[in-house]
Amino acid sequence: MRADRWETLVVALLAAATVAASFGVDGFANGSNVAFLLLDVTEIALMALTMTLVVVAAEIDLSVASTLGLCCAVLGRLWTAGLPIETIMPICLVTGALAGALNGLLVTRLGLPSLAVTIGTFALYRGLAYVVLGDQAVADLPPAYTSLATQAIGPIPLMTLLVAVLAVAAGILLHATGLGRAITALGANEEAAYFAGIRVRRIKFWLFVASGAMAGLASLVFTFRYASARADNGVGLELAVVAAVLLGGVSIFGGRGTLAGVVAAVLLLAVVRNALILADVANEVLNVVTGVLLVASVLAPNLKVRLERKPVQ
Amino acid sequence: MLALREVSKSFGAVRALREVSLDLAPGEAHALAGENGAGKSTLVKILSGVHRPDGGTLLLDGAPVEFHGPADAQAAGVAVIYQEPTLFPDLSVAENIFMGRHPRRSFGRVDRRAMRTRALDLFARLGVPLDPARPARGLSIADQQLVEIAKALSRDARVLVMDEPTAALSGPEVARLFGVARSLRDQGCAVLFVSHRLDEMFALCRRVTTLRDGAVVATDLLADLTPDDLVRRMVGRDLAALFPKQPAAPGEVALKVERLTREGVFTDVSFEVRAGEIAALAGLVGAGRSEVARAVFGVDRRDAGSVHVGGRRLRGGSPTEAMAAGVALVPEDRRQQGLVMDLSIERNIGLTNLRWGLLSRAAERARAADWAIRLQVKYAGLTDAVTVLSGGNQQKVVLAKWLARRPRVLIVDEPTRGIDVGTKAEVHRLLSELAAEGLAVLMISSELPEVLGMADRVLVMHEGRLVADLPRAEASEERVVAAATGRPA
Repeated sequence: MRADRWETLVVALLAAATVAASFGVDGFANGSNVAFLLLDVTEIALMALTMTLVVVAAEIDLSVASTLGLCCAVLGRLWTAGLPIETIMPICLVTGALAGALNGLLVTRLGLPSLAVTIGTFALYRGLAYVVLGDQAVADLPPAYTSLATQAIGPIPLMTLLVAVLAVAAGILLHATGLGRAITALGANEEAAYFAGIRVRRIKFWLFVASGAMAGLASLVFTFRYASARADNGVGLELAVVAAVLLGGVSIFGGRGTLAGVVAAVLLLAVVRNALILADVANEVLNVVTGVLLVASVLAPNLKVRLERKPVQ
Repeated sequence: MLALREVSKSFGAVRALREVSLDLAPGEAHALAGENGAGKSTLVKILSGVHRPDGGTLLLDGAPVEFHGPADAQAAGVAVIYQEPTLFPDLSVAENIFMGRHPRRSFGRVDRRAMRTRALDLFARLGVPLDPARPARGLSIADQQLVEIAKALSRDARVLVMDEPTAALSGPEVARLFGVARSLRDQGCAVLFVSHRLDEMFALCRRVTTLRDGAVVATDLLADLTPDDLVRRMVGRDLAALFPKQPAAPGEVALKVERLTREGVFTDVSFEVRAGEIAALAGLVGAGRSEVARAVFGVDRRDAGSVHVGGRRLRGGSPTEAMAAGVALVPEDRRQQGLVMDLSIERNIGLTNLRWGLLSRAAERARAADWAIRLQVKYAGLTDAVTVLSGGNQQKVVLAKWLARRPRVLIVDEPTRGIDVGTKAEVHRLLSELAAEGLAVLMISSELPEVLGMADRVLVMHEGRLVADLPRAEASEERVVAAATGRPA
């Protein structure tokens, strides 16, 4: 597939950035920094996994970070109300899944474009988060879980292992199962997929549910990691997630993309960011670098296609 | 006024027009007759500057002209009214008429008053009461066509080409359109009227040119012809042994459709197809044939009626359900509905066989290779994207994708459209073999020779209704065309 080369490039860039940072930036190549880097990217990585599936299906979910915020707020509210945390956690996952289900219903039943729907629910879910929890921060969370969220085995945080397991599962799902093939096909040509008996709407619906549930899972990691449940948890993360997915070579038009590419892109963005921060580069420059990478990622495959496709008359 | 001299046009291997000559005279309405695929649309597109001829010349007032695009044709005074006009829905009627040539005031501002007055003038000339200020959205098709005609008049069009304008019109609307066409004719315009409806040709036109397989059969005065003569001119051709349908003993009923209705599209359609039988669904474009197929397969919902496959009733509305019952549909639009163009040959073939769990790439490849070989698909590698294949080979991939499911009922919609003659014969042989193996085939085709050569039974649709069910022995070209054009056989 054509996209392969781009993903190879992302992996090469990741390797180059890692090597350059190791030699050029003091404090990059030590165990605690690597652990911090990996841990810091957990929520983005988790949500990027399901976002990859959603974008390959030619849809998008911009409400993930707001869903995360809503789940955090629910967690904080129920914890202050005295519910045991073991009850609250599944409730958070269900809340995320329901938020995703609403997105899915609006997209598949009413035929609305997911871009518009999830911009709407982006505002809606964040608003609900404030309704649920208000401005307060719930901080007295059980230490067993907050320390679990930051624990590491050597330089590898526990949460990174969780990401790795889920990434492998998502990779298998997208690249080696019938469902994954169906997602790719319907993203490339929805009508032909429907004519081939693929249940287009049903699959899309469940992709949105999965995306919401994953945001719910990310909300647990986020809350325990920072030991703080707030309504504004994770503001702006959706852009980082979408950025990683596109940089990873997933076509914004659907039908094309690999999970390996997205994982590499998540790490690439994290390494660049971390190295620049360590090198005391100003925050503005940091954003410029991330932006350039993104534009390049969207541009490069397009240029390539243009060069390859000679006009046919 | 405008004339074609020995104009030819090919699309790849398909020769759409062969040395066609045609004269349009001022003050005369000229009819263009021919079956689907005879080359009428290509001819219209050459007149309107959409296509350029490969050979031959266009003469305007005796001098050769070349149209490099629709703008050239419009500048030369040729206006085309299509079956479904494309107006800008959010602009007013007057703005649509003067699109690109709005009357101006100082500083390039649009002169709305002048535009309105001139639009009212045009409608007065046409004798129709339309409000120039209303938006085009919500106009009936008939009114949209009148806006197009007004647009043509505002450009001083001298040649008015009407491409099946009446297909979507009601009786009174047709009468009004004809009134307008006659008055334009009497004002000295040349009118070319393209239609499937013979009675309308006789009502409006003086002469008729008949096309068959891209060539002119004859140009006659309509006064000298009967409708039957005209039908004979349209279809009369040798049925070569190109279509080798083997006789097969029909088995039990595989597909049973009863009183199938989708409101506004088709009504009360009932038929059966037996195992081993090829039933053709004939009729004009727009008669509702593909729509019936889509409803049977469950791509579209149905409003009433039932579909049984092998004795099992389908609930409808789900291709997955129809597939499970053993129905396969090779759709009309190969590139949009039949194939995922970005995917490889093997993955396209594999699409109809997806399971929930892990895929075995080896099994997928073996299955694809089996069928690609059986259908003699010419490919370099199974991992090639289907875009690199020719149209005929793409069609074989679509067939392979469905045959790999071993269906009980195969519906093929225009199975040989746009593919070369050799591949066409292969597809015909394949369908014949499959039927001999006990497959029930429902074939939609707009090509009469294909229908008559292949079909054990010919079902004819006209305007959403099944009007004839002819066994092979009784299916003559005349009878099929008569039924398809809504005349009593």
